[in-house]
Amino acid sequence: MRFLANIGRAVLGMLAAIGRVALFALETISHLARPPFYPREFASALIQIGFFSLPVVGLTTIFTGGALALQIYAGGARFSAEAVVPQIVAIGMVRELGPVLVGLMIAARVTSSIAAEIATMKVTEQIDALTTLSTNPMKYLTLPRVLAATLVMPLLVGVGDLIGIMGGYLVGVERLGFNAGTYIRNTVDFLEPLDIISSLSKGAVFGFLAALMGCYFGMRSGRGAQGVGRATKSAVVAASVLILAANFILTELFFTA
Amino acid sequence: MIELGNVHKSFGPKDVLCGVDLTLAKGKSMVIIGGSGTGKSVLLKCILGLIAPDSGAITVDGTDVTRLRQGSAERDAFLARFGMLFQGGALFDSIPVWQNVAFRLLRGSLKRPKAEAREIAIEKLRRVGLTPDVADLFPAELSGGMQKRVGLARAIAAEPEVIFFDEPTTGLDPIMSGVINDLIREIVVEMGATAMTITHDMSSVRAIADDVAMLHGGVIQWTGPVGDMDSSGDAHVTQFISGSAEGPIETVR
Ligand SMILES: Nc1ncnc2c1ncn2[C@@H]1O[C@H](COP(=O)(O)OP(=O)(O)O)[C@@H](O)[C@H]1O
Ligand SMILES: [Mg+2]
Repeated sequence: MRFLANIGRAVLGMLAAIGRVALFALETISHLARPPFYPREFASALIQIGFFSLPVVGLTTIFTGGALALQIYAGGARFSAEAVVPQIVAIGMVRELGPVLVGLMIAARVTSSIAAEIATMKVTEQIDALTTLSTNPMKYLTLPRVLAATLVMPLLVGVGDLIGIMGGYLVGVERLGFNAGTYIRNTVDFLEPLDIISSLSKGAVFGFLAALMGCYFGMRSGRGAQGVGRATKSAVVAASVLILAANFILTELFFTA
Repeated sequence: MIELGNVHKSFGPKDVLCGVDLTLAKGKSMVIIGGSGTGKSVLLKCILGLIAPDSGAITVDGTDVTRLRQGSAERDAFLARFGMLFQGGALFDSIPVWQNVAFRLLRGSLKRPKAEAREIAIEKLRRVGLTPDVADLFPAELSGGMQKRVGLARAIAAEPEVIFFDEPTTGLDPIMSGVINDLIREIVVEMGATAMTITHDMSSVRAIADDVAMLHGGVIQWTGPVGDMDSSGDAHVTQFISGSAEGPIETVR
């Protein structure tokens, strides 16, 4: 009986949390339509999230693209299919690895910093101070970050896809002896518009989730340094899990029609 | 006029406010005294709607402010009349000092040209005893007492009708405390503002207050004009003034 009650409580708790996050998301979006707006906050979020994430996106995807090429070459050799390296690298990077890896790196880099910053502001009463200065914290802090992440993530994912493919190309041409022209032609011919559309759409959704989780857990932070630590950890875990779950759902939607 | 009627607030099992009744007259300076942890800061935050009371009525000029919806136009208008100095300063650490002070003047309905906002900020900084060269520093570069004074400058920058000061002189040297006490008195007398100040410092109480209220055990134990404080006959007040360990206020709490 106790066992069942515990399960019930956990399920109810989870449903309540989903409800709270959904309300938080709706409130954030609703501020899109209601002035005042804070363009300076938005611009600074764009630079923080977009521009300063480029190095980590580039590093993550170039190594992954290279490793992918090596794996496919070795695996393909078992049934004399080494030649498919360019095609599989392209599809693997664009459809799956590009968006997911960039999403997870953004969860590590952006979600954590948003959550820690907002939680610290909460703990030091800066959020209360904003309210008393007639500034809505959801408008001033949450909306600019969520909007910037949603808009800039497709770009980051696009860059990540390209650099990943380039990693595969470098390994393919320099290590595995592919002809440079053939490699590029095979890649370009094989990719379809839907692959790229799905990749960039995933980016937008993952960016939205990453920034939203940072803001949500930051705003709900408990008191003291411990509260900030907990908020940051929960935000990164929630963002990562949600990104992976959303990736599955989006893949299902795009590719199993 | 601000009126609190039977205000209750608990955090989990901990009852902080247990039926607070208090009236704050327009243009007067009220000082709240009471031991640390008795809920003085919580009381101010309840009035501002930063903490929702569990029950009770809080009215400002007749309107029940606990009913104002977060983000509604009425609540924005209500908050625009208030200034608040937070106990910890609560400065925004991502922007320089002068932008903190001029925060309201750089955005929203009170927006002015940047140069003018900066000038006002520097003038307010001077009034709290800070030189113009702190204007371009970031809050983290200031000492605790300086941060407090920047918070004070921010609270008064938009010349609000009602100002709440949460421990304005805690952490300041005696001379600077005197400057801040005079400033608070001046704001009430010259600008006609209504002020509510929390302090532990009895010399501040005598310098600032028209009226004094003592919060203890979740209720207002005593309230009256500052002149009656010494002859209040209330054991809590007498013990608080003398700072004695003997009396109804426990030293372990
Ligand atoms: N947000 C909060 N969550 C839980 N407890 C709180 C919160 N704010 C204040 N408290 C508790 O309420 C009590 C009164 O706090 P406070 O009003 O800050 O005291 P003070 O009179 O020193 O200003 C304290 O015991 C504090 O721990
Ligand atoms: Mg306090």
